Amino acid sequence: MVQLTLPNNSKVKKGKTWPKPEGANAKALREFRVYRYDPDSGENPRWDTYFVDMDRCGPMVLDALFFIKNEIDSTLAFRRSCREGICGSCSMNIAGRNTIACTKAIADDKGVITIAPLPHQPVIKDLIPDLTNFYAQLTSIQPWLQTETPTPQGEWRQSPQDREELDGLYECILCASCSTACPSYWWNSDKYLGPAALLQAYRWIADSRDEATGERLDALEDPFKLYRCHTIMNCAQVCPKGLNPAKAIGKIKELMVERQT
Amino acid sequence: MSGLRTPLSRAKGLGSARTGSGHFIAQRVSAVALIVLIPAFVWMIARLPALDYDSARAMIASPLGALVTLLTLTAAFYHMRLGLQVVIEDYITKPVTRAALLIANTLIAAGLWLAALYAVLVIAA
Repeated sequence: MVQLTLPNNSKVKKGKTWPKPEGANAKALREFRVYRYDPDSGENPRWDTYFVDMDRCGPMVLDALFFIKNEIDSTLAFRRSCREGICGSCSMNIAGRNTIACTKAIADDKGVITIAPLPHQPVIKDLIPDLTNFYAQLTSIQPWLQTETPTPQGEWRQSPQDREELDGLYECILCASCSTACPSYWWNSDKYLGPAALLQAYRWIADSRDEATGERLDALEDPFKLYRCHTIMNCAQVCPKGLNPAKAIGKIKELMVERQT
Repeated sequence: MSGLRTPLSRAKGLGSARTGSGHFIAQRVSAVALIVLIPAFVWMIARLPALDYDSARAMIASPLGALVTLLTLTAAFYHMRLGLQVVIEDYITKPVTRAALLIANTLIAAGLWLAALYAVLVIAA
């Protein structure tokens, strides 16, 4: 929801500049400005500055975060797991753009690299957002196969052509980069499902084996749940997996028209 | 909002309104109509200053002139109402303010449309 004045304690203050790593070649240093917030301290969030020695650090932003945590400041909190772009844990806002830190190269950006949590979500600590509502919205679209026909002895069969319909949909890793990059989601995330949940909704609508297509469309036919999408396309721009949620939402809208004309 | 409600209960909210695609279709149909109507209407209006008062009135009163004017303004005010509704729903979250603005939007658009209708009919009568 739109709020033009910031609530208390949300103004980000200038933080601390941490010492440069000892013995580092000055040319190999990269500067990172990282959002820090500790709910227990009662203080405002702040931008801390760190210098990473690229001679001793891997190429990705996640590597830099590990460098900071291991060598400079162990209190920095962030989520990560697979470090290869499949778990979706390390999504954050890097150099002004939502993405996952593990597949984002440090060399992609020049100068100081800012790292902040995903926008417009409550922050638990530092780079860790509270995605409870995001996950609940995914659950609400019932992302599983629904059938009435008795389960066959073998498997639910699908032609290769029908399987191809799911390409560009099933690859989503639910990192929430898209939804939290969407202005419509910023203003109305209490009601609008957002690009990630709608991409998954379409993934099940498009599945030839699913028998709940009508019910799924019924559940989405809503001015807010679906139609807050104004094809702004931030979702497709930021998706670290190169998916296009806006296109999937467009397909859902097409089906809404098709079933009544 | 009750803190003890489950996240899923909150996410599901009041459920689907089972409406929205009608609005979506109407907005696009009126947009398509305006693509055709606006150039015709602008072309007509651009010619008016060159005419004297009686010829200008006669142009708007002519069947084609009256029809183009009425169709354009009908589609435009309708499209405006639909579009502004979306803007209000996007940005205004306080329930009372939102309701008041949505009502005002409908009434102002209807008022403007009726005024345009009345004006053209008076000229054409």
